[in-house]
Amino acid sequence: MSDKREMIKIEKLNKKFGDLHVLKDVDMVVKENDVVVLIGASGSGKSTLLRCLNFLEIKNDGKIIIEEKEINPKSDNLNKVRERVGMVFQHFNLFPHKTVLENVIEAPTMVKGMNKAKAIQEGKELLDKVGLADKANVYPSKLSGGQKQRVAIARALAMKPDIMLFDEPTSALDPELVGEVLSTMKQLAKEGMTMVVVTHEMGFAKEVADWVFYMHDGRIVEVGHPQDLFNNPKEKRTQDFLSSIL
Amino acid sequence: MPSFSHFFQTFIESYPVFFKGMLLTLQVTAVSILIAIFIGLFFALLKISKVKVLEVIANFYIYIVRGTPLIVQIFIFYFGLSEMNISGFWSATLALAFHNGAYIAEIFRGTIQSIDKGQMEAGRSLGMTTALTMRRIILPQAFRRALPPLGNQFIIGLKDSSLAAFIGMYELFNVATTAGSNNFDSMTYLLIVAVYYLILVFLLTAVVSVMENKLSASD
Repeated sequence: MSDKREMIKIEKLNKKFGDLHVLKDVDMVVKENDVVVLIGASGSGKSTLLRCLNFLEIKNDGKIIIEEKEINPKSDNLNKVRERVGMVFQHFNLFPHKTVLENVIEAPTMVKGMNKAKAIQEGKELLDKVGLADKANVYPSKLSGGQKQRVAIARALAMKPDIMLFDEPTSALDPELVGEVLSTMKQLAKEGMTMVVVTHEMGFAKEVADWVFYMHDGRIVEVGHPQDLFNNPKEKRTQDFLSSIL
Repeated sequence: MPSFSHFFQTFIESYPVFFKGMLLTLQVTAVSILIAIFIGLFFALLKISKVKVLEVIANFYIYIVRGTPLIVQIFIFYFGLSEMNISGFWSATLALAFHNGAYIAEIFRGTIQSIDKGQMEAGRSLGMTTALTMRRIILPQAFRRALPPLGNQFIIGLKDSSLAAFIGMYELFNVATTAGSNNFDSMTYLLIVAVYYLILVFLLTAVVSVMENKLSASD
C-alpha cells in the first residue's frame, strides 16, 4: 500500500437490527483514489456497511473515520459529512416532481447556497459528462432506468463529494442498460474518484477495482486485489461464493 | 312538488338574495378550508414526528373533532367566541376550519407516509436536513397525492357550511329556509338552494381537477 491519504477508515464496526447482528467487527481502509468493491451474498451486510459510511444507518459500536476525522453521530453534524460522501442508490431515488436539471441543482443551491446560475451551469456540465445534456428539462418518469441512474450519479457529483458510495447501482436495471451506468462509473474511477461500490457485477470488479472485499455473514472474510481474489481465493468461503456465481 | 315554470320563475326572482347568500357561503368555505389546510398540515407533522407527546396531542385533537357533531362544535365556538366579541362569521369559519383540519390532517399524514422512504434518504445523502428534505422533496409530492381526497374534503366543507345557518349566518341554506317560510313555499326554495349547491360543487370539482392536471406535469 502507498502512503495515500486514508479517506475512510473503520475499526471494529458493529451494527445490529434488534437481535440481528448484521456487521461484526468490520475493519476497512479506503485510500484516496481507490475503488473498493464489496461482494458477497445477499444478507451478508454489504449494503448495511455502505449505509453506515454516510450514517443512513447508525453503528452500534466501533469507529468510523472519514478523511482522518472520527465521526461521532451524536455530536457531529452528519449533514456536513454527507456533503462530502455522495451516494447512489439501487432504486435511483430521483425526485420525481423535479426535472433532471432541478434534481441536480437542488442540493448545491439549497444546502451550499450556491448561486442558481452557477449551479445550472455546473449541473449542465455534469449532465453532459454523464451523456444526458439533452434531458435537462425532462422529468425522471420519461427516462429509462439507465438514464435515471446516470442522473442520480450527476446529482451526487453536484455536491463535489470526496467519496462516492454506490449501493447496487445496476441491480434494478434491465440487462441492456447496465453497461451505460458501469461505463459512467469507470470514467469516474479513471478521474480518480474514491469509490466504494456494492455490486454483483464481477466484470466491473475485475476491471476497475483496486481492492475487492468479500463479505460473509457480517464479516469481511477476505480482501485482495481483484486478480488475486478472483483467481486465487485463499478462504474456503470465498472459493465457494465465487464458484457459485461464476 | 312545484311546477317547473313556478320553480324557474322563483329561481329567477330570488336570484339577488340567493346570490348574496352564495357569496357568504363561498367566503366561509374558502377561508375555513384555507385555515384548515394549515391546521391539517401542522397536526399531520405532529403525528409523524415520532415524538410521543406530539402524537398524543394530534390524536387527541382528531379524536375530539371526530367524536363530536359538527353542529355542537359550531355552537361551542359561537358561544365561546361571542364572549370575546368575535363575529358570527368568524365563529362559523373557525369552527369549520377546526373541524376540517382534523380530516385534512389524516389526509396529509397518509400521503406523506405514502412517499417512498428512499426520497428522504436521497435528500439526507445529499446533505439536506430532515426539515429541508420534508419541505422541498416530500411535501410537494405528498400534496399532489393529497389533491383528490382534499377535493373531496373541500366539497364536504362547502356543504357543511350550511350549518352556519343555525348561528344566524345568512348563507345559502338560511336564505332558502327563510324565504321558504316567508312565502309558505319551502319546497320550491329548498329545490332552488339544492341547485345552487350543485353548481358550486361542480365548479369546485372543476377547479380541483385543473390543479391536478397542472401538478401532474411530471408524470
